[in-house]
Parts: sequence; structure tokens; C-alpha cells
Amino acid sequence: MFWIVAIMLGGMGTGWMLRGRFTKDVGKAINVLIWLLLFLLGVEVGCNQRIIDGIATLGLEALLLAVAGCAGSALLAWVLWWWSRRTKGGAS
Amino acid sequence: MKGSLTIVAFFALGIACGLWHWLPDWNWSDLGFYTLCALLFCVGFSVGGNGELLRSFKRLDRRLMLIPLMTITGTLAGSAFIAFALPHRSLNDCLAVGSGFGYYSLSSILITQYQGAELGTVALLANVVREIFTLLGAPLLVRFFGPLAPISLGGATTMDTTLPVITRYSGRVFVLLSLMHGFVVDFSVPFLVTLFCSL
Repeated sequence: MFWIVAIMLGGMGTGWMLRGRFTKDVGKAINVLIWLLLFLLGVEVGCNQRIIDGIATLGLEALLLAVAGCAGSALLAWVLWWWSRRTKGGAS
Repeated sequence: MKGSLTIVAFFALGIACGLWHWLPDWNWSDLGFYTLCALLFCVGFSVGGNGELLRSFKRLDRRLMLIPLMTITGTLAGSAFIAFALPHRSLNDCLAVGSGFGYYSLSSILITQYQGAELGTVALLANVVREIFTLLGAPLLVRFFGPLAPISLGGATTMDTTLPVITRYSGRVFVLLSLMHGFVVDFSVPFLVTLFCSL
């Protein structure tokens, strides 16, 4: 965990010092790195017989978690919107 | 949308390569770790280099700035609820998957590193689905839950992939809020995912 945070903060510091230069290149690099990493995740999944056998179950679990997470956040977003409309000072 | 399809395509290609042994034997998880470090550095770089994003904090109504908190609390509450329905998953596993907030690439990779490829796959699928819900459901969300709902559902993606639909359906006034929200939630992903994975 320490390294994750340190590397990210290091990146932030570097980005801040360079003031938005290379932003486009970094954006492209992020895309390529994400593709590479997901490819590697796929390789790991493909090599793992246990996951391949359970892909339907995993998909169902994923769907449940997505629906529940979305429902919870939509509900609280509605509460905040309702609160900001009730008293003055909303964004619109 | 095109972006998420590309992601899924790479993931599927990886599965095919693993399943039918198209790749030579090599230490692929080490490569994964170093690539992840490079990715985190780049993500930090793009946030640090974006002065407009940092300045947009100051121009917002204070109360609406609570929206990232709503997103995080709501998602974690929903995920915790599901932990009861899935007896073989621990509460922390469910919270870690929820903590992706639609940032499927980073969260699935982090979870794979800490908890293995099985939960990593759940995280990838769950967070891809979340982004698709946001992209396709934005008009309905605005109608039933107000203009903040697509922002909340978009999670960590509201400063890039889901920003266009938020602008379109919630309104232009919410662009800065959406950017700020994406920035905060995005930043919370590596922290929360690692936290729940190491508990």
C-alpha cells in the first residue's frame, strides 16, 4: 500500500512541476498500460481453470454488486439533491 | 462506450491466450506489477498536471461538494448489503469490489494483485457494468433521482468516459462538479481498494 501511494504522489508531483506538459502523451500511455494490464488479467483468468469453470457465477456476483452499488449511490445522490433544493444555494 | 468495448476486447483476448496456451511460459504477474506501477505514476501525473481540475474546487457550492461522499457511502452500503446474499464472499471482498466505483481497470488490477484473479474478474465485470449503467441509464436516473444521480453512478469515471452523458442529461452546470467528483472518487479508488484488501 505504501508503494502504491508513494508512486501516485510521485506522479502527481512530477505532473504538477511540468504544468500540463506531456498530458496527451501520458493519456495515451495510460490507455496502452490499461490495455496491457487487462490483457494480462485475461491471461491469468484463462490459465486458471477454477475461474473458467465459475465464470457464470462470477458474472452473476458482479451484476449483483454493480446493481447494489448503483442503487445505494443513486439513493444518496437523490437525498443530497433533495436537501440542496429544499434550502437555497443549489447549482442551478 | 468504445473505450469499454476495447477494454473488454483486450480482456477477452487475454483469456483466449491463457485458455489455449498461445503464450510462452513466463513470469507474467511480475510484468503485471511493474505495469501497474507505471500506470499509477501516469494517473498521478495526469491529475497533478491538470491545473484547471485543481482550481475547479474553489468555484463550487459547498454542499454539492458532498456528492463524492454520497457516492462512496452509498456504494459501500449497497456492496455491504450484497455481502449478506453471498455467503462465500467476505464483507471486505464485496467492499473492495464496490470501491472500484466504475474504475474497472485499476480496481480489477489492484484486486488481482492482492486477492487473486477470481475476485479481480468479479471487480472487472461489476465495474464495467456500473459504467454501462451510467452511460445508458443517465436520462432515467435524472428523471427519478435528480441530476446528481448520473454523477454518483459514474463514480470515478465522471471526469472522462461518462462526462459527455452527464453534460448532456444533467446539464452543463454540473460539468465542474462532475470533474471534481471524478477527481476525488478516482483518487479514493487505490486507497479504498488496498484498504479493504489488506483488512
